[in-house]
Amino acid sequence: MTQRIAWLTLVCLLCCAPAWAQVDPDVQNAEADRVAVVERASRSAVAIFANGGQGGGSGVVISPDGYALSNFHVTNEAGKHMQCGMADGKLYEAVIVGIDPTGDVALIKLLGREDFPAAELADSDQVQVGDWCFTIGNPFLLATDLQPTVAYGVISGVHRYQYPAGTILEYADCLQADAAINPGNSGGPMYDAQGRLIGINGRGSFEKRGRVNVGVGYAISINQIKNFLGHLKSGRLVDHATLGASVRSDVDRRVVVDDILEQSDAYRRGLRYGDEVVRFGGRDVNTVNAFKNALGIFPQGWRVPLVFRHRDETFEVLVRLRGVHSQAELNEMLVGGPKVEPEKGPEKKPEKDKEPAPGEPKPDRMPAGHPHQEAPMPEVVKRHFIERPGYVNYYFNELNRDRVWKALVARGDYAGLSGAWTVLGTAGMGDLVEYTLTEDSATIKLASGELTVGLDGELSARLDPPGSGGLLAAMGLWRRFLVSGVAQFGNVSYWGTAPLEGHEGLCDVLLGVYRDVECRFYFDPADGQLAAMELIADEDDDPCELYFHDYHEVQGRMFPRRIEVRHGDIVYQSLDCKEFKFEERAAK
Amino acid sequence: MLNSFNTQAVSQPGRWRTFACAVVALAMLAVAPRVPAAESLAATIDAVQAKIVKIYGAGGVRGLEAYQSGFLISAEGHVLTVWSYVLDTDYITATLDDGRRFEAKLVSFDPRLELAVLKVEATELPHFDLAAAVPGEVGTRVLAFSNLFGVATGDEAASVQHGVIAVKTRLDARRGVFETPYHGSVYVLDAMTNNPGAAGGALVNDEGELLGMLGKELRSAQNNIWLNYAMPIDELRASVEAIVAGRDRPAEQDKQDRPDHPADLASLGLVLVPDVLERTPPYVDLVRSGSRAAVSGLKPDDLVVYLGENIVQSCKNLREELGRLERDAELRVVVMRGQELVEVVIKPAGAPEENKP
Repeated sequence: MTQRIAWLTLVCLLCCAPAWAQVDPDVQNAEADRVAVVERASRSAVAIFANGGQGGGSGVVISPDGYALSNFHVTNEAGKHMQCGMADGKLYEAVIVGIDPTGDVALIKLLGREDFPAAELADSDQVQVGDWCFTIGNPFLLATDLQPTVAYGVISGVHRYQYPAGTILEYADCLQADAAINPGNSGGPMYDAQGRLIGINGRGSFEKRGRVNVGVGYAISINQIKNFLGHLKSGRLVDHATLGASVRSDVDRRVVVDDILEQSDAYRRGLRYGDEVVRFGGRDVNTVNAFKNALGIFPQGWRVPLVFRHRDETFEVLVRLRGVHSQAELNEMLVGGPKVEPEKGPEKKPEKDKEPAPGEPKPDRMPAGHPHQEAPMPEVVKRHFIERPGYVNYYFNELNRDRVWKALVARGDYAGLSGAWTVLGTAGMGDLVEYTLTEDSATIKLASGELTVGLDGELSARLDPPGSGGLLAAMGLWRRFLVSGVAQFGNVSYWGTAPLEGHEGLCDVLLGVYRDVECRFYFDPADGQLAAMELIADEDDDPCELYFHDYHEVQGRMFPRRIEVRHGDIVYQSLDCKEFKFEERAAK
Repeated sequence: MLNSFNTQAVSQPGRWRTFACAVVALAMLAVAPRVPAAESLAATIDAVQAKIVKIYGAGGVRGLEAYQSGFLISAEGHVLTVWSYVLDTDYITATLDDGRRFEAKLVSFDPRLELAVLKVEATELPHFDLAAAVPGEVGTRVLAFSNLFGVATGDEAASVQHGVIAVKTRLDARRGVFETPYHGSVYVLDAMTNNPGAAGGALVNDEGELLGMLGKELRSAQNNIWLNYAMPIDELRASVEAIVAGRDRPAEQDKQDRPDHPADLASLGLVLVPDVLERTPPYVDLVRSGSRAAVSGLKPDDLVVYLGENIVQSCKNLREELGRLERDAELRVVVMRGQELVEVVIKPAGAPEENKP
């Protein structure tokens, strides 16, 4: 009997062999390519273990020094640090870097190597319906041997909008795929057929069939995450944006403003009730979902192009986006952690800005500890974690703040220029202008007279000259920032990255708080120079903006040949700097 | 490509000619620049998307989604979809792929096949030609297009899923397992296509040729597993063509003929639900005890779908149709009871009552 089975098996094998040999070489090559792509992509995948292996999810490494993406709803379970398994069979310690609860994204950093296999980030706006894709991850927390699970599928939809739960976990502009996304896949990578990262898996339509894949999974687009990456590296809880206006579709299928906050930048730029939103963030807006998709990919504070039609006229403006949450709400989230119940049914997202109630106290400290029990922090994690109120992990804020500052002063340190600065130049029709900037004051001299603003008191009441938004205070604080540096200016933190008109890529932005005003300093991504600064006295008013152009060397430091001053819709002054003079020491 | 080698009854010289042609054709294919697979698939998908319709109607309560899918089957705006509660309203909206929104009229439906045809007022629309639909085989690679979970709105494209036909079988072989009046053959798919809102979607092959229509959600009563399936166009074509041609409804001149003693609801002992809509579904509200309707076995909550051979679309329509029949004649009625179609014979007045178990 055994002999007979052996003989039959041999016959079967002989019959099958020619069939295999006849497979088209193109098919064999395609299969070999796919296997290779999957193998390479698997190396960047991360299995996250939280609560001693009781919970967890997936992630993906995006840079050789170990930065990795996951879902907020995964890392929220883990707390400040977690263990991550990779396909090499090793467990790595990882620390939380920054979180984006609204976008359901978290940035963590794996520790212990500088040569982690990192995934290549794709341009997810190029992804088309019908493209092959695959998900890699740790569904049902199966990867006890640290080997990830792979599921292949097609892209079912692009630019999908999935409603948030309350104000968090909103999936705007996401990718939809029929590749399996099950519980445990959350936070893991979705790759295109070439193995490039197109999104972070995080959600499925489940409803009545239980919490298992029904062929409808959603991934946060990697392009959205690219917008937030700088912010996430600031070690903060980062917020999404609102226009300060809500929209609806009218009978002619136009998207029109049906409510607008008068304090919003959009209102100041001329947007009114009933206006048609034509384009936003560089995209056509044909549906309410399209508007939400366009809005959902931007962080709070970015300036985004808006095209709208008011009566019969079309306007193109840049609007500054406000946060979805108030500072009080963000602090509350940091303290207690938002209640996370992902994959719930849709809830209507309030589109209007949420203002803190007047007089509402702003909680200013984060209580020690996370709501759930955390394992003791290993030494390697301790070296990468600093607890500070208002931050998820202050270590990374300081790291990036110092990185940006060092790049700026690498071509000349301004600390030695602690005396008065005199800037001589011309503006307008060649009128002579002279600025004198000292530790305590800023003065402008024109043919018509002179004006001084002291820097020693509350600045929000001294926004002179009128109509400039605070030009003198801004010039004074510009000098102060360069001379005092990030340690002495006031409270300076790394805010993240943002676009700036006239600059390719995203600028690093430092945020400096001096007395009662806030300054944002934008750094040119190409050379690290200070490209612009904004003085914000009141979030409900236009800031004073200084743009620094054509840097050249003056006494061993870099100074601009031209400073453009803008406020609201106007260019207040365009100053051609003819000469810089520096006093030896600070005049006391 | 392999079609060139299809065995057909040809004479010897013919066979050689075929073979020679095939060799030449293959040689040409080998040198012809190939369209990259991804590009051709994208083009196929775009062409199909243009024919997909998002349908909105009744529902929106207790887990009953107020939307489903459909696809255009004529340039003049005929839309094939499934017959469901979503269509139980005077305000059916159909949104085309380009975002244009239309009020859709229910032309008619076939309860046995659970299909319905809608019509929007438009012309020169991209559409599937039902006559050109092709049969699918086990292993055929398929794409399913639908507005599952209502995820797309306006001009947002329908969802696309891929898979293969796992088996072709008959649903009636699974009677008692899947509760549905449709007992024809189905393509069972290896992809999870039959989600909420997906019913009425199009199943095509990778050339974009129409194979079938996604059916309503069906769950096995035995093991709670949801079935992913589509109804082959072959099963639906005759009925759809009859509906589009108006052959499933009595001709206008027939409606003029009225008997001397027309039947009506009261004489049958039937009370329908309040007729509040232009097209209120003819659900039985009450059956008067001892009446002809009661004797025949009609029950409250039955939905009348056929009177004789004629489809009944509304309470008003049922009253009209009854008015064309003799009061004392034997009536044949088909009702939808739960998910089953039940045929009921209403005996003439005075006929001996059948023994009921």
